[in-house]
Amino acid sequence: MSVLESMRGFMRRDQVFDFLIPVVPPDLDLTHGVILYLENLTVSFDGFKAINDLNLYIDDGELRCIIGPNGAGKTTMMDIITGKTKPDSGSAWFGQEINLLAMDEPEIAAAGIGRKFQKPTVFEHHRVIDNLELAMTGDKRVWPTLTASLSDEQRDRMDEVLQTIGLERQAGNLAGSLSHGQKQWLEIGMLLMQNPRLLLVDEPAAGMTHQEMDRTAELLTSLAGAHSVVVVEHDMDFVRSIANKVTVLHQGSVLAEGTMDEVQNNQQVIEVYLGE
Amino acid sequence: MKILRYLKTDIGGMITLGLLALVTIIVPICNLLVPETSGLHVSTFTMTLLGKYLCYGLLAISVDLIWGYLGILSLGQGAFFALGGYAMGMYLMRQIGSRGVYGNPLLPDFMVFLNWQHLPWFWHGFQWFWFAMLMVVLVPGLLAAVFGWFAFRSRVTGVYLSIMTQALTYALMLAFYRNEMGFGGNNGLTDFKDILGFSLQTDATRAGLFIASGLALAAGYLSCLYITRSRLGKLSTAIRDQEDRVRFIGYRVENIKLWIFTFAAILAGIAGALYVPQVGIINPNEFSPLASIEMVVWVAVGGRATLYGAVVGALLVNYAKSYLTVAMPDAWLFALGALFVLVTLLLPRGITGLLRKKEANR
Repeated sequence: MSVLESMRGFMRRDQVFDFLIPVVPPDLDLTHGVILYLENLTVSFDGFKAINDLNLYIDDGELRCIIGPNGAGKTTMMDIITGKTKPDSGSAWFGQEINLLAMDEPEIAAAGIGRKFQKPTVFEHHRVIDNLELAMTGDKRVWPTLTASLSDEQRDRMDEVLQTIGLERQAGNLAGSLSHGQKQWLEIGMLLMQNPRLLLVDEPAAGMTHQEMDRTAELLTSLAGAHSVVVVEHDMDFVRSIANKVTVLHQGSVLAEGTMDEVQNNQQVIEVYLGE
Repeated sequence: MKILRYLKTDIGGMITLGLLALVTIIVPICNLLVPETSGLHVSTFTMTLLGKYLCYGLLAISVDLIWGYLGILSLGQGAFFALGGYAMGMYLMRQIGSRGVYGNPLLPDFMVFLNWQHLPWFWHGFQWFWFAMLMVVLVPGLLAAVFGWFAFRSRVTGVYLSIMTQALTYALMLAFYRNEMGFGGNNGLTDFKDILGFSLQTDATRAGLFIASGLALAAGYLSCLYITRSRLGKLSTAIRDQEDRVRFIGYRVENIKLWIFTFAAILAGIAGALYVPQVGIINPNEFSPLASIEMVVWVAVGGRATLYGAVVGALLVNYAKSYLTVAMPDAWLFALGALFVLVTLLLPRGITGLLRKKEANR
C-alpha cells in the first residue's frame, strides 16, 4: 500500500520531475535601489587574507571609485564579483535575488555584470567591429553562435557603441593595431555591447595621456545613471575628476567611504595611503 | 549560401579546391582510360599514394582546426585517425569471410591463430558497412567528447593538455599492441579482400577510393571553412588569444572547445577510414605519439590558421617523407626534426605565410 502511494507521489500527473523543471535565473530586483551587496566577504590565499570581512554596497546607477594601496584586495574583490574566485565566507548578491556565489563566470556575465581587466584584453587578431560583435548580448550557446548573422538592429547598436567609444574610424582595423588608450576604450565598448547593469572597470586610465584620460572620464560619467559603474583606479586626479563617492580599501576591508574631500581629510586614510 | 560567400574571400582555398577537383577528376581518368604505354598514364601505385596524401590532407585540416584556430595543441590527433581506421579495418576483416588462410567463415585469421572460439562482442555488427561507418564517426567522436569534457571542464590548457593528448594516444597504442585486446595485436588488421563487394585489388576500386578521398577532403575543407568564418570561428580564435576575456563576455568556453575538438576528431576518424583500404593495413603504429607529432609538423610547415596551408603542408611533408624514406631511410627523422625547428624559427607562419606576406607588401 505504502509502496503504491509513494509510487503515486512519485509519478504525479500534474507535476514534472524536479530535474525537468528548467532553472530560470531570477530577474534583477532593484526594489531597494542597491545593485550590489557584498557582505562579510573573506578570502585568504595560503593564509594571507586578501579580503578580510569586506562590506560594500553599490547603488543602482551610481559611479563609485575604489582606491587603495597595492594589495588592498581591489582586484580580488572584482574576481569574486565576476565568479573567478570563490570566497571562504560571506555573501555577494546582485540585486535582491541573484546570488553571485552560486554562479560561474558566463552566468554572471549573462546576468548583467561586465568587467574590464587591468591590462587591456581585446582580441588583437580580430577587427574592432568583430570584437564588438563577439561581446554582443544574445544567445551564446554553441550552435546559435555557429549560425549567427548580424541583424540591422545589431549593426545599429554596434555603430552606436563605436560612436560612444570614439572608434568609428578604426572600425575595420585590427584591434592589435590600436593604441593603448584605444584598446582600453574598445574594451569598455565590449562591455557596453553586453548590455550590463553593472560595469566593473579596473584601472581604465593606466598608461593614458592626459587627453585620453579626460575622454575616458567623460565616457565613464556618461555611462553612470543607465549603468552602475565601479572604477578601481590609482590615479588620484582621475578619481577626483569623476567620483562623487569614493571607497578606500585597505588590507582587504573598507577603511573609509565618502566624497573625495571627506576621504582625503580622513586621518586614517592619510596615514595608510594618501599621506605617503 | 554563406559558404560560397566565405569561399570567395578565401583565395588560397579556391586555388586548393580547384586543384583538388582537377586531380580528383584527372588522376582516375589517366589511370583507368589512358593506356599504360602512354606517357600520361598514372600508375595505380601513384594514384594510391596520392589518395593517401588526400587522407593526410583531411587529417591536417582537423589538426589545424583545433591548433591553428582554437589554440589546442593536440599531440594525439593520430588516436582518432587510427580509431576511424580500425573501425574501417574491422569491416574489411569481416568481409574476408572464409577466404582467410584458416578459412573460418566467422573469425578473422588472427583470432583463429590465438585459438579463440567466439567473436568478441565488439566485433559484432561490423559485417554491415553502415554500422562500420557509424562507428567511424561515433568512436572517435565519443572518445574526444569524453576526454574533452573532463579536460576542458577542469580548464586544462596549454602544454599540460598537449601532454595529456599524447598520453592518450600512447596508452591506446600500448593497449592495441596487446593480443588480448582483440584487434590483431602488433600485426594489426590486414589482408583485406574487398569493400562493398568490390575487390580492393582492381584499379577501378582504387580509383573509387581515390575519388572518395578527394570528395571527403573537399567536404571537410568546406565545413571547416564554414566553422572558422562563422561567429563561432571568430570566437575560437578569441579563445586561442584571450580565453579569460571570452568567459567574461558570457560564453561557455569549455562547451565551445568540446564541440570543435569533437568535430575535429570525427574528421580525423573519417580520414583514417579512407586511409586504411588504400594502404591495406592498420596497426598500432598509427597510434604512436611520433605519428601525431608529424601531423602537427605538417600544419606548422604549411601555415597555422590557414586551412589550405594545412593541406599544402600535409602534401609537401609527406611527399618529402616518401622520397626520403626511399633515398635515405635513416635521415627521415632527422629531417623531420630539422624541419620543425627551422619552420618554427624562420617561418612562424609556414610556407603559405610567405605568400601572404608578399600579398601584404604589394
